[in-house]
Amino acid sequence: MAGSRHRFFTPLIDENPVTLQILGICSALAVTTSMTTALTMSAALTAVLMAASGLISALRNHMPKSIRLILQITIIASLVIITDLVLQAYAFDISKRLSIFVSLVVTNCLVLGRAETFAMHNPPGPSILDGLGNALGYSLILMIVGFVRELLGRGTLFGFTVLPSVEDGGWFQPLGVMLLAPSAFVILGLLIWAIRAWRPAQVEANEYPLTARAEG
Amino acid sequence: MPGLNPVALWRQLLALPNESRGKTLAMAFLVAAVCSLMVSMAAVVLQPQIDANKAAERQAKLDAMIAELPELAGVLAGAGADTLQTVIVDLKTGTETGELFDGFDMAEVAADPETSTELSDDQDIAGIGRRPDYAEIHVLKAGGKLELVILPVYAAGYQSTIRAFLALRGDLNTVAGLVVTEQGETPGLGANVATPAWQALWPGKKLADENGVLRLTVVRGRGTTEFEVDGITGATRTSTAVSDMIAFWTGPNGYAKLLDALRAGEL
Repeated sequence: MAGSRHRFFTPLIDENPVTLQILGICSALAVTTSMTTALTMSAALTAVLMAASGLISALRNHMPKSIRLILQITIIASLVIITDLVLQAYAFDISKRLSIFVSLVVTNCLVLGRAETFAMHNPPGPSILDGLGNALGYSLILMIVGFVRELLGRGTLFGFTVLPSVEDGGWFQPLGVMLLAPSAFVILGLLIWAIRAWRPAQVEANEYPLTARAEG
Repeated sequence: MPGLNPVALWRQLLALPNESRGKTLAMAFLVAAVCSLMVSMAAVVLQPQIDANKAAERQAKLDAMIAELPELAGVLAGAGADTLQTVIVDLKTGTETGELFDGFDMAEVAADPETSTELSDDQDIAGIGRRPDYAEIHVLKAGGKLELVILPVYAAGYQSTIRAFLALRGDLNTVAGLVVTEQGETPGLGANVATPAWQALWPGKKLADENGVLRLTVVRGRGTTEFEVDGITGATRTSTAVSDMIAFWTGPNGYAKLLDALRAGEL
């Protein structure tokens, strides 16, 4: 069982898909202006990734090499459409705020990445666990970025006021920049820096070091 | 000997080498079929709920608009808000189309040559180029009697398209209110068309005199009769545009046929 625990926990920090492999950045920027959207997006991705990993893993022995990517994308796309419909039916307001980003889970490198590297070579049980671990790793980063952006950008968390803003007679001056996409890059950068300072093993070797050039 | 037993055929298929042409085709077909079945089932099962959500959203937008209309809350409270109906009408005939467009968008309808009519220069007093053939209007009835009609209108302003809702009382001649919902006119001047203070000038004004001649205009300076609305100082072009907007949409190329039908008790 040590193996499955390892499979579940490593993607959270040590092999986090967002901060180590830098996958799924686009949606991480777009949906983290509030924790509610970040949480919904995380739930959607978790559902899709687990189901996709399980299904693809179950079919792995019968997937012809020549069309395997097409089959994987077909399965992932179908799951994403179903997830999107479920959100539209039961979380209509949030699905409008997430707009196109749920549909774009299809092109999230994270999902296809796990299908190609793990689910194609492992039985369904471990594949689902691997999908869950990676989805939670992605969700963790989304929640952290969403927490910082919503707290500093609006003074709220999940829509509830935490820091009363100046407009409502409080003392907190919201940082408008936190609601713009660039702030997510900055927070993500700081997060990656913090994780790599804590776990130096994640620092990539410099493939093209600068060399001193002779003057003249 | 290849039997017709499906289980045997299935085993045979699974036993084929993965790279064979037959298995590649079979896998592609099977995955596609199963996936499309899943998606179709989800769509069929969830569609009623999604439609209900969309209808609720339309209603919420309408309610927000009515809340903005001055003096309307009273009319609505007296009539009972449940009687407000949304109707798609055909402007060429002035009749209800019967079918309800999903997510009706007037700008989209106006842009599509199939659902709009090109206006000649002398017809096009509002400067909109093409007139949509369909419009989404709202009708309020109390005890079978027409109380209120809400018509979407728009026109080219000084530097933007001005969109508004014109609400008419049951006599279809008295203005119940004008709410500008979208405009990008000069801030501080033309943009004042969207202020409650200016919109408050509209309720009670009359569209046409007793001979049926359309007379409602925005005038320069102060309006003195019930057919005149005060113009906005320093925003002559915007004031004229609103005037033209009312003239166009209540005129023969606008809602005239619909208003006739409503007067005749149709719809």
